[in-house]
Amino acid sequence: MSWLENKFEEGLIMTTVDWALNWARQGSIWPVTFGIACCAIEMMATGASRFDLDRFGAGAFRPSPRQADLMIVAGTVTYKMASRVKRLFNQMPEPKFVMAMGACTIGGGPYFKYGYHVVKGVDLVVPVDVYVPGCPPRPESLIEGLMRVQDLLAHQTRTKEKGNGKRLPVIA
Amino acid sequence: MTPEEISELLRREFGDAIEDTVLEGSHPYVVVAAGKWFEVARFLRDDPGLKFNLLNSISSIDLLAEKKLACIYDMCSLVARDVTQLVGWTHSFTVRVVVDRDDPKIPSVASLWATADWHEREAYDLMGIVFENHPDLRRILCPEDWVGHPLRKDYKYPVEYHGIPATTEHGLNSPRH
Repeated sequence: MSWLENKFEEGLIMTTVDWALNWARQGSIWPVTFGIACCAIEMMATGASRFDLDRFGAGAFRPSPRQADLMIVAGTVTYKMASRVKRLFNQMPEPKFVMAMGACTIGGGPYFKYGYHVVKGVDLVVPVDVYVPGCPPRPESLIEGLMRVQDLLAHQTRTKEKGNGKRLPVIA
Repeated sequence: MTPEEISELLRREFGDAIEDTVLEGSHPYVVVAAGKWFEVARFLRDDPGLKFNLLNSISSIDLLAEKKLACIYDMCSLVARDVTQLVGWTHSFTVRVVVDRDDPKIPSVASLWATADWHEREAYDLMGIVFENHPDLRRILCPEDWVGHPLRKDYKYPVEYHGIPATTEHGLNSPRH
């Protein structure tokens, strides 16, 4: 909807359409299956029956990043893996979000001091929107992270955004 | 056979190549000279009394104080059974090969035991020991263009790798994305 940019002031006319589109996007955030290490087990547990992610619409994990909205980086990122993370992030279409799940993706985690091959935080590789702390985070924490992504989606508009359009990251 | 008997047999067979024997502790071992290690390994595997047909693992040690690197070969036998023993029907043994830090070269035993293939690649990747006649000696854990051997005791941690900062100072001072 880029032809609408610069045409209207924010919040003037497109509000209902914005609300409807954002509501649709919030209720169908499709994550890409990006479980790298132990946090992937907790992500699978969150997607399973007890802490169902599908009731948020986020149960459809897409194997291909080209069909996904959210990349939950779950697990330790190594330097060998970092180029692949960047490549998959570039393959995702807009609007896309990145959730850094677990201590390793936030700042290197337990491998911060002696991990010679660990990237000290996945935000050195891709821009992160939501940080979910924990080692690993409980499924409830991951669901709260997902709800913060939903909140980020609630503020999207089709017209020009206020400021320079940069999203500030949120800590769940 | 007990470790003493095994080391006696090796000493009778190879003489000078067996440099040392340590029988105390949980892993009694002999120290074999690197030049003759392949013949000793083949003897350990094929001799009917020994028949060590399973190499359990290869571990590498950095002896920084003596300026040496060592490889420890743990092996056991799945076929030679000692029926006089009530427990531990098969015997196991350990061999240590010590080389200089400046030029660490050990003959590869990958043609004798298939286990040695990847274990020697790991020892090369992380400790820098070069295995002669290895079918495919390249890094297995670190990327191909990694500099240095990380598990050496004098390893310097990288400052950055392909633009991704690896230290806090570098991360704060370099541009993101």
